[in-house]
Amino acid sequence: MSVAVELRHISKRFPGVIANKDVSLKVETGTVHALVGENGAGKSTVMKILYGMQRPDSGEILLNGKEVHFKNPNDAIDAGIGMVHQHFMLADNFTVLENIILGSEPKHGATIDFAAARKKIVEMAAQYGLEINPDVLVEELGVGQRQRVEILKVLFRGANILIFDEPTAVLVPQEVDDLFKALDGLRAQGMAVIFISHKLDEVLRVADDVTVVRQGSTVAQVKSKDVTARQLAELMVGSELPKPSTLGHTRREEITLALKNVSIPTKGSRDLISNINFNLHAGEVIGIAGVEGNGQAELVEAIMGLRDYTGSIEFHGSSMDALSVAHRHDLGIGLIPEDRQRQALMMTSPLWENRILGHQRSKPVMRGFVIDKKATIESTRTIMQEFDVRAPGPDTLAAALSGGNQQKFIVGREMSKAPALLVASHPTRGVDVGAQGAIWDVLRIAREKGMAIVLISADLEELIGMSDRLLVMLRGTITAELDPAKTTPEQLGSAMTGAA
Amino acid sequence: MRNLISRKFSLSKIGLAVAAPLVAAVFSIAISSIAVIASKNSPIEAFKTMWDFGTESASLMETINIATPYYIAALAIAVTFRAGLFNIGVEGQLRLGALFSCYIGAMFVLPPVLHVAAVFIVALTVGGLWAGIAAYLKVKRGVNEVISTIMLNALAGGLSAYLLSKHFALLEEGSNNLQTKELPASAQFPDLMPILRKLGVEDQPGGGVYGMFFVAVALGLIFWFVVNRTRFGFELRASGLNPIAARVSGVNSKKMTFIALVISGAIAGLAGLPEILGQTHTYSLGFRQGIGFTAIAVALLGRNSAGGMAVSALLFGFLEVSSRALELIDIAPETYVIMQGSILLSAVIAYEVVRRFKLTLQSNELAKGVQS
Repeated sequence: MSVAVELRHISKRFPGVIANKDVSLKVETGTVHALVGENGAGKSTVMKILYGMQRPDSGEILLNGKEVHFKNPNDAIDAGIGMVHQHFMLADNFTVLENIILGSEPKHGATIDFAAARKKIVEMAAQYGLEINPDVLVEELGVGQRQRVEILKVLFRGANILIFDEPTAVLVPQEVDDLFKALDGLRAQGMAVIFISHKLDEVLRVADDVTVVRQGSTVAQVKSKDVTARQLAELMVGSELPKPSTLGHTRREEITLALKNVSIPTKGSRDLISNINFNLHAGEVIGIAGVEGNGQAELVEAIMGLRDYTGSIEFHGSSMDALSVAHRHDLGIGLIPEDRQRQALMMTSPLWENRILGHQRSKPVMRGFVIDKKATIESTRTIMQEFDVRAPGPDTLAAALSGGNQQKFIVGREMSKAPALLVASHPTRGVDVGAQGAIWDVLRIAREKGMAIVLISADLEELIGMSDRLLVMLRGTITAELDPAKTTPEQLGSAMTGAA
Repeated sequence: MRNLISRKFSLSKIGLAVAAPLVAAVFSIAISSIAVIASKNSPIEAFKTMWDFGTESASLMETINIATPYYIAALAIAVTFRAGLFNIGVEGQLRLGALFSCYIGAMFVLPPVLHVAAVFIVALTVGGLWAGIAAYLKVKRGVNEVISTIMLNALAGGLSAYLLSKHFALLEEGSNNLQTKELPASAQFPDLMPILRKLGVEDQPGGGVYGMFFVAVALGLIFWFVVNRTRFGFELRASGLNPIAARVSGVNSKKMTFIALVISGAIAGLAGLPEILGQTHTYSLGFRQGIGFTAIAVALLGRNSAGGMAVSALLFGFLEVSSRALELIDIAPETYVIMQGSILLSAVIAYEVVRRFKLTLQSNELAKGVQS
């Protein structure tokens, strides 16, 4: 076996993210090489450098033993490197075949040689075990199949080094199995596969070698058969992993939130959400499971009053249907939105001004109609200390913080008003393990004190560990209610795709 | 550790705050010099002539008089900029505001202060109503406010000419200058010469400083306080900085849009008054044109902040007045248009460069702090 890719002592400073410092990596042909590390550890930066999207400040990149310098991704693609992005970049209204050849169409004179393209794709699909119908529209495909199209697209361009950036983040367990079969196929054909992930069980299942990144540096390279998940975890964080779990039942008699036949109708097509019913008690966590895009976001919008709905939503026994978004905030409903930068922050404003957002009608940030700047700054400082938001001070711009610190700040901001109900969409998405544990702790303590939580997450372990009850959403309706104590991630995954 | 970082920050902060305007000034002087050299003249002589003429007392007074309406109009535009909107219709709003306040204000006589207040109310109302058309279209029909206000400018031009010639103007025999009936003395805003004389400023030919200068200052202070220190101002800025997050946080975006445009129009309605209340006391065909457009540049250069716009309004006024001296040494006075443009362009670029630099600096400090 030969070395396909080698990174030697790569360093990179990059605004907003911890710098890469002395990163070294050796990937052999015919292997799957996992790059693991906490979110924000610098995995993505390493890969962006290898893919030509960023240029290293120092260090060398060697392909098959020869040093290369990439100015842009096109150079990397020409050198045989392909990237399968976490968020797919496909044209929905094109067929699979058209998507695969888009940008590198085989020509026949002035026209596209579809016949040759089709032949090549069918051959490739068979060779690597990536069967797919080339003539269906991409919009008709599920997430797993779309990913397959992305892989074929990369292979079609002649890649023999494939980078997968968190490929399982968007997949349910069954789709993950299919992906891993495909990776086996690639390995058997002599490809070098780089697999970026922070899910250690998956890494140990699929990878031959594992390189661990911590705080911007590579700290270890090991054979996966020689390590356990626990050892890898310790390498990643230098300490033990926190576990999502809530101890005992703290559920109280009173009902905090009640949804009665809540639907969001649309003209023509099916309802975005349809006939949602549930009661959420004080001190209880309801987990909403579902593949993204099955109505969870719309459910949140209905609860917060951001979208018109039919049916009724009650808070502490009285209807909120006529209340504005602002009123619902004022009643004591906290919101951690799914997309923090778009929905929860003013990126170009300092943290203390962001502290006001969503709280602009209440103390301590307001005194009447006037902003109490001193109290706001004081409160911001308190949040930063309690939630370990790493930034120089309340004057720091939100944009200067890393994603994890932004998230901790948002959680702290919402918790500061001691809400009776917290609607938490992906509360720990993109934060590092330490912060994740801290956020879980905060939710646990608040739950004990009687806070009700609607938890939406793509992290099945988080859902199972934190929830008292699990509701599964599929195509806008609740299709199952599960007891988290008796549910495995696999079972939950099946329920999410409607397989069970 | 934390203290050390923040102290370093505040030092570089001051440096950065000064850097942008300084770079912009140097750059625009360079461009203007090239323009003067291209017309085969000496830039040093040109700038010296401008400076000498512009710093005479009479010129400085005129600078303030020109800057006052610019500033009020710029405040109007800034209200919408801060909300992520763009009221380009200030020109039309201030024209109608001026016309109606002259016509209605001349219909009656009130005690002095009350009369001026009444004229203000007319101007505020007319400007607000005119902008309200664009606000209604935006909120109810989704019409882009840039397009609707541009078109309302054209309408305001036509409407004001029609109203003046057919209904509002006094017909004076032997004169073809159409103008409204002169405002009674009680509606005139006294100028500031009595105060200035006490400060040792001598009378100048061509009059003193309009009293509306004080109104502009007061409006600037109110603008600063409301935008930066009140809930309304916060929601306004949040709508501009991140409309999605603002909505999620309970800001009613339609209401915000409506209010911002109407307030902007109301302030704009006042921008035509300094000259009328202070000097002409009537609305005529000779009403000054283009205040609403120059004010866009003033707002941009002043970064939509009360202080910044005051400086840029005065700068534009100074350039306009002092460049008249260029004719004396046979340089086209339009050179000042080049200066205006180059100042604006280089300021916009310099601010953006500094902003990015600042962000990188903070991020780097942060990364260091995390690693150590």
